[in-house]
Amino acid sequence: MSSELAIEAHGLGKRYLLGERGRSPLRRNREELWALRDVELQIERGNAVGVVGHNGAGKTTLLKILSRITAPSTGEARIKGHVGSLLEVGTGFHPELSGRDNVYLNGAILGMRRREIKAKFDEIVAFAEVERFIDTPVKRYSSGMYVRLAFAVAAHLEPDILIVDEVLAVGDASFQRKCLGKMGEVSHEGRTVVFVSHNMAAVRSLTSKAIWLDHGRVAADGPTGDVVSEYLASTIDEEVSGVVDLRENASRGTVRKFTADRVRFTSVSLLDPDDRPALAFGEGSPLRVDLRFDVREPVRFLELYVRVKSIEGQRLFASYAGQVESTIYPGRYRSICEIPENPLRPGRYVIELVARAADPEDIVPTAVVFAVEAGHLEEENLRYATRADGLIRVRSTWTGFERDDSPAGALEREPRLVGP
Amino acid sequence: MAAAATTEQDQTIVIRPPKGFAGLGLTDLWRFRELLLFLTWRDIKVRYKQTLLGAAWAILQPFLTMIVFTVVINKIGRVHTPIPYPLFALSTLALWYYFSNSVSLTSASLVGSSALITKVYFPRISVVLSPILASLVDFCLAFCLVLGTMAYYGFAPPVHALLVPLFVVLAGLMALGLGLVLSALNVSYRDIRYAVPFVLQLWLFASPVGYPGSAIPEKYKLLYTLNPMTGVVEGYRWALLGTDHVRPLHLGISLGTAFVLLLGGALYFSRAERSFADVV
Repeated sequence: MSSELAIEAHGLGKRYLLGERGRSPLRRNREELWALRDVELQIERGNAVGVVGHNGAGKTTLLKILSRITAPSTGEARIKGHVGSLLEVGTGFHPELSGRDNVYLNGAILGMRRREIKAKFDEIVAFAEVERFIDTPVKRYSSGMYVRLAFAVAAHLEPDILIVDEVLAVGDASFQRKCLGKMGEVSHEGRTVVFVSHNMAAVRSLTSKAIWLDHGRVAADGPTGDVVSEYLASTIDEEVSGVVDLRENASRGTVRKFTADRVRFTSVSLLDPDDRPALAFGEGSPLRVDLRFDVREPVRFLELYVRVKSIEGQRLFASYAGQVESTIYPGRYRSICEIPENPLRPGRYVIELVARAADPEDIVPTAVVFAVEAGHLEEENLRYATRADGLIRVRSTWTGFERDDSPAGALEREPRLVGP
Repeated sequence: MAAAATTEQDQTIVIRPPKGFAGLGLTDLWRFRELLLFLTWRDIKVRYKQTLLGAAWAILQPFLTMIVFTVVINKIGRVHTPIPYPLFALSTLALWYYFSNSVSLTSASLVGSSALITKVYFPRISVVLSPILASLVDFCLAFCLVLGTMAYYGFAPPVHALLVPLFVVLAGLMALGLGLVLSALNVSYRDIRYAVPFVLQLWLFASPVGYPGSAIPEKYKLLYTLNPMTGVVEGYRWALLGTDHVRPLHLGISLGTAFVLLLGGALYFSRAERSFADVV
């Protein structure tokens, strides 16, 4: 199709001065920080482009410049078309105003015309599922309702170019799915989308091209699959010993979601067939997860899970220890989860640990990262399907490879095996 | 913001580092006119939410001040006016509160909208304009009280009362000029927040709101003349009540100051505007 550029930038840079402002306006020699440096961009009309990178890599700064919230310090950007930017959900919502009033106000702030909002009003309210509360001040809304309404307004924006920052990280899972669906629609309607997210699965599914920003510079630029893999490869340090200490939030990614007052994972390691900690396993080889945890107060009904996730955070499968009905008294414990034959394709995977006793006690989303390496599998069909066909390998058998000469009408008699 | 060249046809926006005077973005203000109306409507709707007396506050402010003035200036200070003092003071207090509320609300406007400024693009000046438009509603309510007081005293306004809106607009423009400078300054230096209410209070007593110009002693005449609000207040009272004269010098100083404030305010605002999102 036409290669008309919707966004074009040359040598774009943004400099911030560090230190407190206002104290001594005469002092000029403050330290400076380049949040963005020499950024070159070419985004074709109708393309959906993902922007990935660590926190502080300049992603939001780039979006702020492109949506004219802040001016660049160097360079130039040209934007063709009406820009709608969504850097936050619910910008300009006023707590005292009703849901109805806020839809109009927020719509106007996002650049919608009154006519446009009026036409889409019912659709917006239905999408947000807040029909009953539309005339209640939003300060009385639950945070879920608030976010749903705010996203619903934004989702009905119809600019030529849509700029979206990490806004999908809000709301509950089912609403997030709904938002992703809506975003997918937008990117398939031929509108230009620039999308920042830490959710690599979302970036992969919504965008065809991606830009990786690292310390304010473009580190990679190209098809989403390549850029995301390259970025992910850079984010995970190789663990050296194979035993991951979880007592403090020492290693990267052991951020806990719960206080872990009663049950707390202390370490995790993956064991190879010789009982030695390892981080690389052959395809189809046994996988044993050695868990150590402290119990600090007596707990009943303790449940442990080991979840295996893709590097993008997609949960692939879980192993559940079963509920321990008797009371477990304080002390140090060890538990081993064995998967006799791991079903994973070559690649990198993440282990997530969960301890739950009625309430979630401790969740370590990224306890350990390990690799599965290509091995020698016996079955042909296991050997030849690639990672692109899926992450999980299953046994299967195929029969027949013959010409089917039966008349087309014969299909109507099929399938024979279905039905009583 | 920055250098933004837009044409309706293909709407190419060029984003560059700011250089020199980039204009106030009046074309953008026009494109976003509905947003200005929505912001104004929000300000009006929200102002007296969750208050017991609601919009009555718009009337109570000038009314209670008028009572205090009647006791302190009229009875104790023995300042006399050609028309009943309560009517004299109330009419100008209504205008004064319009002016002073506009100045204090606009000077806080940019900082108050920081959540918007750092997340969305829109002509920043609309945040400054909306409190001035919204305060007009308060003025209209207070003005009804003035009309009621006129009826109470059986006072018929002169024909040139039709000129009253001109002086109200002049007060609004003066507030806008000040608001542009103060709101932008407030982004970098929050001292403004403390200085504005204090200065406005002093300014009320320095202006002929509660007393006629004739009550000013000779040695303070120069200061009185230089006060840019003198011409506005005198002119307004002349139009509405026919008591003062319109002194061309005073009116000229008011008009000149409003013009300089608007121009300077616009220049300063457009320069400071570029860094609002980074500094606020």
